[in-house]
Amino acid sequence: MAKNRRQQRRRRGKFWSNLYAVLIYGMFYLPVLVMIQFSFNDAKRNYSWEGFTTQWYGKLFSFGNHDLWESLAYSLIIAVLATAISVVIGVLGGLGLKKFEFRGKRFINLMLYVPIVVPEIVLAVAMLIIFMTVGIKLGLGTIVVGHCTFCIPYAVVTIKGRISGDNDTLQEASMDLGANRVQTFWRVTIPSILPGITSAAFLSFTLSIDDVIMSNMLASARQSTLPVLILSVNRTGITPDINALTTIMVAVMLLGLLVLNLIRRALRKREERLEAAERLSVSSGQ
Amino acid sequence: MSTPRRKRNPLPAIAQAGPVSLWMILFVTLPMLFIIYISFMTRGTFGGVEYTPTLEAYKTMMDATYFAVILKSLQVAVVTTLVCLLLGYPFAYFIARKPPETASRLIMLLMIPLWTNSLMRLNAWMLLFQTNGPVNKFLLSAGLIHSPITFIYTDGLVLLGLITNFLPFAVLPMYSSIEKLQTAMLEASADLGAKPSVTFRKVTLPLTFPGIFSAIILTFIPALGTYTITDMLGGGKVLYIGNIIKNQFGTIRNWPLGAALSVLLLVITALLIFLYSRFARIEDMEVL
Repeated sequence: MAKNRRQQRRRRGKFWSNLYAVLIYGMFYLPVLVMIQFSFNDAKRNYSWEGFTTQWYGKLFSFGNHDLWESLAYSLIIAVLATAISVVIGVLGGLGLKKFEFRGKRFINLMLYVPIVVPEIVLAVAMLIIFMTVGIKLGLGTIVVGHCTFCIPYAVVTIKGRISGDNDTLQEASMDLGANRVQTFWRVTIPSILPGITSAAFLSFTLSIDDVIMSNMLASARQSTLPVLILSVNRTGITPDINALTTIMVAVMLLGLLVLNLIRRALRKREERLEAAERLSVSSGQ
Repeated sequence: MSTPRRKRNPLPAIAQAGPVSLWMILFVTLPMLFIIYISFMTRGTFGGVEYTPTLEAYKTMMDATYFAVILKSLQVAVVTTLVCLLLGYPFAYFIARKPPETASRLIMLLMIPLWTNSLMRLNAWMLLFQTNGPVNKFLLSAGLIHSPITFIYTDGLVLLGLITNFLPFAVLPMYSSIEKLQTAMLEASADLGAKPSVTFRKVTLPLTFPGIFSAIILTFIPALGTYTITDMLGGGKVLYIGNIIKNQFGTIRNWPLGAALSVLLLVITALLIFLYSRFARIEDMEVL
C-alpha cells in the first residue's frame, strides 16, 4: 500500500515537472511562432492580425525593399569578417594561453573576461570615445573591431575547453617523427581541436549577426546592420517583409546546423570504421 | 627535457599569444582606462570633452532625475534576476537529471529560439500584448477584465521582455553545475537520513552555487545595461541606465556623464565578480 502510494506520488510529481518544462519551452517558442505567423500577415505594418497572405515573401524576392537587403548584406559581411578574425586570433590565443607561461598572462586572462561580463553598452561607448578621439572614421571597420572584441573571448574559451591533456604529447611525437613546428600545427594540432574551431566559428557568427549595441554605436550614419535597421523601424511599426526575412534566416541557420551535424556524424562513423579495420588487420597479422 | 639555462625560443609563444594579448590591450584595456579618465573631464560646449578635470559628471549623475533612473534600473535588474533564478533553477534541474543524450537534446531545444533575431522576438511580445491583441482578447472573452489593459510601453512588458530574454542564459550555467553534481552525494545524504528538503538545502544548493552565481552575473549585469529591450518594448517612454548612456552619445552629447554612468556599471560589475571570486574560482565561471 505504502509503496503504491509512493509510486503514485512520484508519477504525479513527474507529471507536474513535465508540465513545467513544457510551459517554459512554450515561453521560448511562442515569440518565434508569432514572428513567423506575422510574416504571413495581410497588413502594411504589423500591429494586429489581418488575414493570411504570402505576398511578403514575393515582395522580398522582387527586391522591393532595398534597404532590407542592403542591411542584410552589410550584416553578413561584418559577421563573416568578425568570425574569420575571431577564430584565427581565438585559436592561436587559446593554444598559446594554455601552453605557454609568460609575464602578464594572468592579466590577459582577466581582460578576456571583461567583454563577457561587462555590459556591452560600456564597452561600445568606451571604444566609440577612443575611435572619435583618435579620429578613426566609423563604419564597417569599427563595427568589425567591436564584434571581434566580444567574439574573441568566447572563441578562446571554446578552444581552451577543447585542448585535451595529451595535446603536448601528440605535438612532441609529431616533432620527434621529424615534422617541423608549422607542419605539426597544421597536421596535428588543428585537426585535434577541429570541433572546437567549428563551435567557436558558429558562436562568433551568431553573436555578430544578432548584435545590436556595438553595431549601433560604432556605425556611420549612412549604413546600418539588419538588427539596427529593425530597431529604428520599430518606432514606426515593423513591416511583415522583415518577419519574412528573419523567418528565412532561422530556416537557413537550422539547415546549416543540420548539415554540420550530418558531416560530423559521417566523419565519426568513418573514423570508427577505420579503427575497426585497423584492429582487424592487426589481429589477423598476428 | 630542456636544459634550464638554455633560453627557450620565444617565437611560438609570441606568434600564438601575441595577437590576442595585443587585441585585448588595444580594444579592452585602453578604452576602459580612457572612459574612466573621460568621466572626470569637463563637458564640451558642442559635444565632446574639454580636458579640465572636474567631478561635474558624477554630481549630475546624483541629480534627482538621473538618480531615480539608476534606482529603477537596479530594481528592475534585481527582479529580473530573481525571477530568472526561480524559474530557471527547477528547469535546469529538470534537464540535468535526464540521461545525457536527452539532456543535450533539451539544451539544443533551448538554444534554437536564440538564433531568431532577438529584436523580432521582442516585437512578437509586443504584438501579443497590443491593446486589441490576443492576450487582451482572451482576457476579455474569459470575462476577467471589462476593458482592454494597456500593456505596451509599460514597465511590466519591459520586465517580461527582460525575463524571457535572459532566462536561457541563467539556465545554461545552472544546468552545467547541476549536471556535475554526483548522484552519489545525494544518495549518501539520503542514506544518512536527511529528508529531501534538507539534502537540497545542505548538499545540492551549496554544490551548485557557482552555477547560480554565474547565472546572477549573466542576468543582472546585462539587464542593468540594456537599452534595446527598453527601446523595443518601452517605445522610448521607459528609460533605464543603458538608454541614458546611449543618449549622451547621440542627441544629448554629454560624454563625461555617459562615461560616469558607464563607470558606475563597471564598478557594479567588478563588485559582483569580486564577490564571485570569494566563493568560487573565476576560471570555473561558466560563460557559455
